[in-house]
Amino acid sequence: MNTTQAQAGGIAPAAAQAPLRAHAAAAAAPAVQAAHVRESRPHYHFKPINVGRWLIWSLYALVLFVVPLLWTSSFAQTMLSQMGIAIIVCLAYNILLGQGGMLSFGAAVYSGLGSFLAIHTLNMVSAGTLALPVSLVPMVGGLAGLFFAAVLGYVTTKKSGTTFAMITLGIGELVWSMSLMIPEFFGGEGGISGNRVVGKPVLGISFGPQIQVYYLIAIYCFISTALMYALTRTPLGRILNAVRDNPERVEFIGYSTQHVRYLAFMISGFFAGISGGLGALNFEIVTAEVVGAARSGAYLLFVFLGGATFFFGPIIGAVLMVIALVLLSELTKAWLLYLGIVFLFMVMYAPGGIASLIMMNLRLAAFGKLRRVWTSYLALGGSALVALAGAAAMIEMVYHLQLNSALGPEMKFLGATLNTKGLDSWFGAGFVLAVGALMFELTRRSFAHEWGTIQEEIEKEIKRREAL
Amino acid sequence: MDQVLINILNGVSSGLLLFMLSSGLTLIFSMMGVLNFAHASFYMIGAYIAYTLTGIMGFWPALVVAPLLVGLMGAGFERTALRRVHKFGHVPELLITFGLSYVVLEVVQLIWGRTPLAFDPPAFLQGPAFTLVQQGGGLSVALGAASEEVCKAAACSRFPMTRAFMMFVALLMLLSLWLLLTRTRIGLVIQAALTHPEAVEALGHNVPRVFMLVFGSGCALAGLAGVIGGITFITEPAMAAVVGSIIFVVVVVGGMGSLAGAFVASLLIGLLQTLPLTVDKSLADAINAVGGQVSATTPGWPLLRITLAQAAPILPYLLLVLILIFRPKGLLGTREG
Repeated sequence: MNTTQAQAGGIAPAAAQAPLRAHAAAAAAPAVQAAHVRESRPHYHFKPINVGRWLIWSLYALVLFVVPLLWTSSFAQTMLSQMGIAIIVCLAYNILLGQGGMLSFGAAVYSGLGSFLAIHTLNMVSAGTLALPVSLVPMVGGLAGLFFAAVLGYVTTKKSGTTFAMITLGIGELVWSMSLMIPEFFGGEGGISGNRVVGKPVLGISFGPQIQVYYLIAIYCFISTALMYALTRTPLGRILNAVRDNPERVEFIGYSTQHVRYLAFMISGFFAGISGGLGALNFEIVTAEVVGAARSGAYLLFVFLGGATFFFGPIIGAVLMVIALVLLSELTKAWLLYLGIVFLFMVMYAPGGIASLIMMNLRLAAFGKLRRVWTSYLALGGSALVALAGAAAMIEMVYHLQLNSALGPEMKFLGATLNTKGLDSWFGAGFVLAVGALMFELTRRSFAHEWGTIQEEIEKEIKRREAL
Repeated sequence: MDQVLINILNGVSSGLLLFMLSSGLTLIFSMMGVLNFAHASFYMIGAYIAYTLTGIMGFWPALVVAPLLVGLMGAGFERTALRRVHKFGHVPELLITFGLSYVVLEVVQLIWGRTPLAFDPPAFLQGPAFTLVQQGGGLSVALGAASEEVCKAAACSRFPMTRAFMMFVALLMLLSLWLLLTRTRIGLVIQAALTHPEAVEALGHNVPRVFMLVFGSGCALAGLAGVIGGITFITEPAMAAVVGSIIFVVVVVGGMGSLAGAFVASLLIGLLQTLPLTVDKSLADAINAVGGQVSATTPGWPLLRITLAQAAPILPYLLLVLILIFRPKGLLGTREG
């Protein structure tokens, strides 16, 4: 009893000193002085330029501009064009998933229908029945996305959460089945093709070369990204976050959550439609698979992998999506399996996606503690690669047996020749996998311990700074 | 007349198969709030495992063992993965089952290949269960296949044995599920845990284990449906996608978390999927029949021209949209939102 009182007595003076010290610190810092001035004279507005923001956006524009000058091959140009398109649609999808908490399984409907409307418009422009610059065709896609989101979203956004997810799935299936039924609009098996080179070139731009299309995509991508970022700063964007976090309270303060969801759904549909329109221009052919469930699933998967909780997460996801769809699918038949497994682990261990991993390490770097873990990262990465090599060898051997057994039992994997029928290959792969997994588990344990202590230290440091 | 009867029976049997799937889905959803996106994947695993087991031990033991194995897998998934993400909220729970559906599809293709398997029903289940013979104005039923001479003289419609077996198993399952939930101790605990998990936990029951049990049993039911679906339809990697989205429609149309609603909606959608297949009439035909003038030059002809049989795949989804507009909580649902 006595000791408690003594402790309490000991703490009280310290607590009394704290505000004093805080006051002294405030007097010393000119920035806080400015705050005092602002309090006393409300008509004076001091708004410093957000240097970081200007820097990041300039950098983003610069990257969009410079990258095709560095990689000039036509393959790189098609990849980059696809990335630009994917960035828009992933960010649009994240308005629903990350900012609104709406898990949609039918996102491809809006980008896909935007594509179809855009290619029909393009064909009308080619035929001369409509006078519209080709550079504005993606806007038609956007308006189409907006229109369909307004029509279908009225039904969809009546619900939230799990029911919303199921309804979007149903609507996605509905549109997909319709696409097989109405070949006049969806073009049946062959799809609908168009030609983006229409009329005489304006200012030397005919949209014939891929590079010109890339820059059109880059401009749309930058403006769309900026607009979608601006949305997160508006009252609508903020109330959308509130609808995600606590819909009940939002209802209590007088907003209709359904209305907010509906608005967000339409905005998302608009940007998805723009990306669909750009896709139509880029590929000059639109097939029914752009509204399919596989496409919707890919958007969901990669937005989540990139990180739905941060604005820039979907950009990472979009880049990964194009790399996976174009490169990884060439490399291995089993890429969907690898992707699914990575996704499962991501949901279990890092539900914030790659973006959250980056932000966690930035926090570490900000406190100057990144030096202590980078060796662990090397060890983790190395052992994970070893385990992956073992697992991948086994998966590839099974695939070889399934699909290419006519070519004989021998196969190449990472430069080594494996005999899929021989015991030694299987034993070797299994051994590599086991060793890698064991090493990974050992390093993971020490890393988890180290990570925990570092986080504790950072918490302490934050408390110490607050107390200053 | 005989053909209509057979069609209705076909629809009812498809509906009962859907119920075998949606009942597990509904139980899992109403208990854990988790929509198991991979439910149809467990259905597919059931079919594939039963196919392999049939080669080892014969069909009838496989019919019992395969669902048990699928149930074990489901329980294992709940224990290792789903429970871990429970604390992150509903969206990650839904996402992890979504990821599982990808992995399962790929693993199935990895092990059993991408082409359809020849998973034939055993001799007992081959051939028709009964034949409807329409002769003159009368309708008679012959068990098994009717003789050649009879069918030469009259119109014969056969109802396959696999479908009859499907109905039998589904009804048996419905009965035992009802008995289990209302007449046994564990059933009462499950029912209590549906609405008041904290209170049940306070009374000393291990609620996470009940959750695991329910998830496992739901998956086992899906596996059982898979064995029967596998012998009736085609055992192929696409079989999960075929039923996958339909069972979600069933659950929403019936009302989220309502077992009775799932039953009604399953039958309704089973009928809705099969009955229109026989109607080869389009909207244009209907308008022309009542005196309208619709031809290939009328605007909207591509839409008007579609026959009911062609539109059959979208009817369940249209029903979903209509239900959401006019009765958002579902046919027998009680909760909004």
